[in-house]
Amino acid sequence: MTVSISDRGGARVVTLSGEIDLQTSPQVREAVLDSLRQGGAVVVDMGGIVYIDSSGVASLVEGFQVARRQGAAFILAAVSPAAMRVLQLARLDKVFTFQPDVETALAGEF
Amino acid sequence: MGSCAMAVLRVPGKPESLRLIRAVVREAALSRGADAAWAHDLVLAVDEACQNVVRHGYAEAGITGDLLIEVAADAENLCVHVTDFAHPLDPATIRSRDLNDVRPGGLGVYLMRTLTDECVWEAPPPGAGNVLRLGKRLPPRDEKGERP
Repeated sequence: MTVSISDRGGARVVTLSGEIDLQTSPQVREAVLDSLRQGGAVVVDMGGIVYIDSSGVASLVEGFQVARRQGAAFILAAVSPAAMRVLQLARLDKVFTFQPDVETALAGEF
Repeated sequence: MGSCAMAVLRVPGKPESLRLIRAVVREAALSRGADAAWAHDLVLAVDEACQNVVRHGYAEAGITGDLLIEVAADAENLCVHVTDFAHPLDPATIRSRDLNDVRPGGLGVYLMRTLTDECVWEAPPPGAGNVLRLGKRLPPRDEKGERP
């Protein structure tokens, strides 16, 4: 799995690709929480994620909770059908904010 | 048709073993005619079972051990046995959590039960800690005998 972080359009964008599992989810958690420390909006680009398990979902939920406490936007962009299936099973599809791609997420109000 | 063994894999009970376990289960499912979505669901259930062992059975208990994965199939089902060598647990104490409580963690058992038709802890053989059987009915075949 690869993780990269960039600043775009007033938000921090965390770009993930590959498989998020028990081995790789600590990297996701660290990237998400680090990005939230700057206090602004965070967009997680999940377009390259082909697999996510419950430990990956937990990392995203933790990010969601921190963002909510800070009053910051936390947006999941370009979520693949496989990842959305897991989020739906966990009944988180009504909890997270989703956008079809990063550009749409960045065009929104934070 | 009786049950036939498809794959046996014994790996260290560590996070880095999970990818190989997923690959074996996925290929076993696809080779039985399942589609990618069906295979994904069984793979996720098995992954969740294995990571529970890695995290709770081994790491939190301060011990190390292997994971034994056995995949078998009959005409209508795929079955995966996950055997660990951790301390035996009481299946009656294993519960899914309330999903309305949005918090990190605790989803694994819920996913295992939701994504399979059978999620049963069996009596372990001598020397083993726990044996979990995860069974899932294969998609029905069409009139050509193929799984759509």
